[in-house]
Amino acid sequence: MPVSLPSRRTVVAGLAAAPLALSGTAGRAQGAPIRIGELNSYGRMAAFAGPYRNAMMLAQDEINQAGGIKALGGRPLEIIFRDDGSTPGDAVRVAEELLTRENVVFLCGTFLSNVGLAVADFANQRKVLFLATEPLTDALTMGSGNRYTFRVRPNTYMQTKMLVEAVKARGVKRWAIVAPNYEYGQSAAANFKRLMAAAVPGFEVVGEQFPALGKVDAGATVGALAQAKPDGLFNVLFGADLTAFVREGNTRGLFEKRTVASLLTGEPEYMIPLGDETPEGWVTTGYPWEQIEAPRHKAFVAAYRARFKDTPRLGSLLGYVVVQMIRDLLETAKSTDTEALIAALEGLQSDTIAGPVTMRALDHQSTLGAWVGETALDGRKGTMVKYTYEDGAKYLHPEAEVKAARRG
Amino acid sequence: MDLSFLVLQSLSGFASASSLFVIASGLTLVFGVTRIVNFAHGSFYMLGAYLAVTIVPRLLDLSYSPWTFFLGVLLAALLVGLIGVAVEMLLLRRIYRVPELFQLLATFGVVLIVEDVVLKIWGPVDIAGPRAPSLRHGVEILGQRFPAYELVLIGVGPLVLALLWLVMHRTRFGVLIRAATQDREMVGALGVNQARLFTLTLFLGASLAGLGGALQIPRIPANSHMDLSIITDAFVVTVVGGMGSVPGAFLAALLIGQLQAFGILILPKVTLVLVFALMAVVLVVKPWGLLGRPDSGSGRVVLPEGILTLRRFRPPEAALALLAVAALLAVPLLGDPYTTKVATEILIFALAAFSLQFLVGVGGLVSFGHAAYFGLGAYAAGLLVTGPLKAPMELALLAAPLVAGAGAALFGFFIVRLSGIYLAMLTLAFAQIVYAIGFQWVEVTGGDNGVVGVWPSAWASGRTVYFYLVAALTLSGIVLLRRVIYAPFGYTLRAARDSATRAGAIGLDVRTHRWLGFTLAGAAAGLAGGLYAFQKGSIDPTLAAIPLSIDFLVMVLVGGIQTVMGPLLGAAFFHTLKDVVMPLTEFWRLLLGLAIIATVLVFPRGLAGAADTLRGRARAPATAAASA
Repeated sequence: MPVSLPSRRTVVAGLAAAPLALSGTAGRAQGAPIRIGELNSYGRMAAFAGPYRNAMMLAQDEINQAGGIKALGGRPLEIIFRDDGSTPGDAVRVAEELLTRENVVFLCGTFLSNVGLAVADFANQRKVLFLATEPLTDALTMGSGNRYTFRVRPNTYMQTKMLVEAVKARGVKRWAIVAPNYEYGQSAAANFKRLMAAAVPGFEVVGEQFPALGKVDAGATVGALAQAKPDGLFNVLFGADLTAFVREGNTRGLFEKRTVASLLTGEPEYMIPLGDETPEGWVTTGYPWEQIEAPRHKAFVAAYRARFKDTPRLGSLLGYVVVQMIRDLLETAKSTDTEALIAALEGLQSDTIAGPVTMRALDHQSTLGAWVGETALDGRKGTMVKYTYEDGAKYLHPEAEVKAARRG
Repeated sequence: MDLSFLVLQSLSGFASASSLFVIASGLTLVFGVTRIVNFAHGSFYMLGAYLAVTIVPRLLDLSYSPWTFFLGVLLAALLVGLIGVAVEMLLLRRIYRVPELFQLLATFGVVLIVEDVVLKIWGPVDIAGPRAPSLRHGVEILGQRFPAYELVLIGVGPLVLALLWLVMHRTRFGVLIRAATQDREMVGALGVNQARLFTLTLFLGASLAGLGGALQIPRIPANSHMDLSIITDAFVVTVVGGMGSVPGAFLAALLIGQLQAFGILILPKVTLVLVFALMAVVLVVKPWGLLGRPDSGSGRVVLPEGILTLRRFRPPEAALALLAVAALLAVPLLGDPYTTKVATEILIFALAAFSLQFLVGVGGLVSFGHAAYFGLGAYAAGLLVTGPLKAPMELALLAAPLVAGAGAALFGFFIVRLSGIYLAMLTLAFAQIVYAIGFQWVEVTGGDNGVVGVWPSAWASGRTVYFYLVAALTLSGIVLLRRVIYAPFGYTLRAARDSATRAGAIGLDVRTHRWLGFTLAGAAAGLAGGLYAFQKGSIDPTLAAIPLSIDFLVMVLVGGIQTVMGPLLGAAFFHTLKDVVMPLTEFWRLLLGLAIIATVLVFPRGLAGAADTLRGRARAPATAAASA
């Protein structure tokens, strides 16, 4: 092995690790770290990305304490975090910097769909692996999918399908849709219409509202939806828009005697701000972290709370799962070569704290699932009841659709 | 549609209008007196909400009544007013003597800083405020429920309007505000203490923004994206109403509130573009807004903001320029691949900034929407390459400036009829329309996901080759524009900028020259956009969005608006700064904002302007020891 001076970063990392070394744990990782470039919207989307990074660091340290990547001689993991600037232009530059200056083995992360797609195409051009963790847009694994890009979270189609499966038995036919006016909202609405039309005979959409993201005019929107007199409401709003919408809807009685299906509302990121105004009985996807009894998950929650003095969010779960998958990927590939990594990642089976996850080779979409249940109030804060963990494997795009979409 | 629904929907519209008016009235007052386009107004609004969600619950713990709720709201508003005073005394006061645009730059720095400070203090999680006691419920109106709190809000707008009218007509302070709005110089000449007047105005304006934010807490959770979501709407209201006119702002807010409430019934997806379309229509029909007056400053003789004197390079400067170009061309040979990539981007931004300088510094046409033409170029190139045509890169790069130029010609036709702040706002409106088309026309533009796969032809795909291609095209573009500045056409534009009346009197066709200049600048920005698309491999609406337009303005101003070559320096400085600062911390916006403010304070004429000032100071020492 050629001798080279350690980089500034390595020295800093070494100094930071010194107290750990002194405490002397047996079987600690050794050798040059395997560097992974993680870019995300840590500034603009901090509510999600902060807990996500925390959990990644937690998982990384646990793996390194336990001896690093054994198939690669116990080399430790080193995740290098960078802000992606929340625009495709900045993100592509940051990705280039990670590849050329930090010499990362592969890229992962991104939050916004347009940023994820731009980085995916960049990875395709540069022939490096990109593990898109958070972006939800179907296009990433369908029409714009490529050989080098893999996605972890259940995409918009899968999450919508979970909700459709959960509400179709209620036989509600007259629906109104409210979704933020951008790709995620539009494609969730389109998926909902398509899947419901197939599942519920006589399904019709009697009203649609597409407020601008982050600028919902709650009064006018709620008024317009109520006027359509639907029996069911499909909501895709989240974040500040959701809180404003729920408050207005509660006061005006929009949700009374109506079935509401709502994407993402059960995720702690969006449920915490709702507080004591959390509506009851909404069918939603989410993450009831405090109720999940699996021992490994409980251990994760305990470790997370002890280290960060905060409760885990969905971002935390995702961050931890991603690093577990990365570990399994490296152990299976036994190499950091891109081709070996792709070969290993296609069909990779990973046993994560959320359950078993497979990376489908056909479209590079993982089978990580989501918890589907109903919202409820527990004292002054929201929670989920009657939930089940829905394995993503049951909700993937049909193979024929994937083949048609990815032919190009 | 039954009557009760129409009534309720219009009540919703009135409630939004009322909130919007409270915020916009502050913006319009501050602009009327200080002539500052205050970007930080949205930050004041956000601070109002955050302070209210902090203060009000504590007060409600002491005594749960609507009175304590509104006391807390007022307290938050006053605190924001004090923050406004601090911003005025520490920052704005120091730069009243420099070109007005610099104050805009400084307020933009404040926006960046406040964004990150809020994240640091209150954390990233949205904070929902308490509901107002006794106003939680819905009131039955015509058989439907309507929130009681929103009925109160409907009353707040007219109340604020009445109070402002009293202040403006019954107090000395108000008389001075009105006088300063009409003729600031005269007020100063009559011996009024301008510094105090400005401080008080900022206090009033910031308090109103804070009040607007604090009043929202029962409806909208305090969140770190509030500032940008409100500021454009507030601008639209003030411009549609007529800058400086409080009743105008009230009228415009009512109009927008109702349009929003009923517009979404007909076209649910109209939300993105509605207000900007309205602004464009109003400005085309009534160039000074509904109740605004022709710019009072248009008749007076002021030092124009822009390039004052043209000098050719002196030998040492020519040598320096040659050296800079040589150093630039050597980057791929000396630097690592990443440096080459950053240098490519700097070149592209340099061309875009230079084309903006051509508009602002030479033509006096301040554009807040220059990214529209950058974006048009990028989309033209990207869609040609990826669309059904599958055109080669060479053709796409040819089309980029043509399409952007055509777009600039179309919009410019309306834009050049206006002047000053109204012109700037119309450029913003058109830019938002371009953005909205890119965002909404999913079938063609890919919507906000954009289109990927925009990569250069095989021969140019290497980093180094692409760098030299970009260098060749951007440098030619810059040299060409520079020649135009030094040609009679450039002199004509400057004459029109300095005095449109006099230029017209000696027989110059001001409007046509401006229109041609606008088209040329748009085309140059389009070329830059096309090159950028191939550099990034994708196109998406952020390439035509407001933040990029602001970045271009920052590059021009930081470089020096009075110099020809300054914007190139500004582009290099700003982009390098961003590149260095971003990996350091997720609070990079804070550092960027501080750097911008420091630049404004230390080099109030920009980086290149500072060099000129130094030379000037050597000749005539101690002329501009400015202390307002």
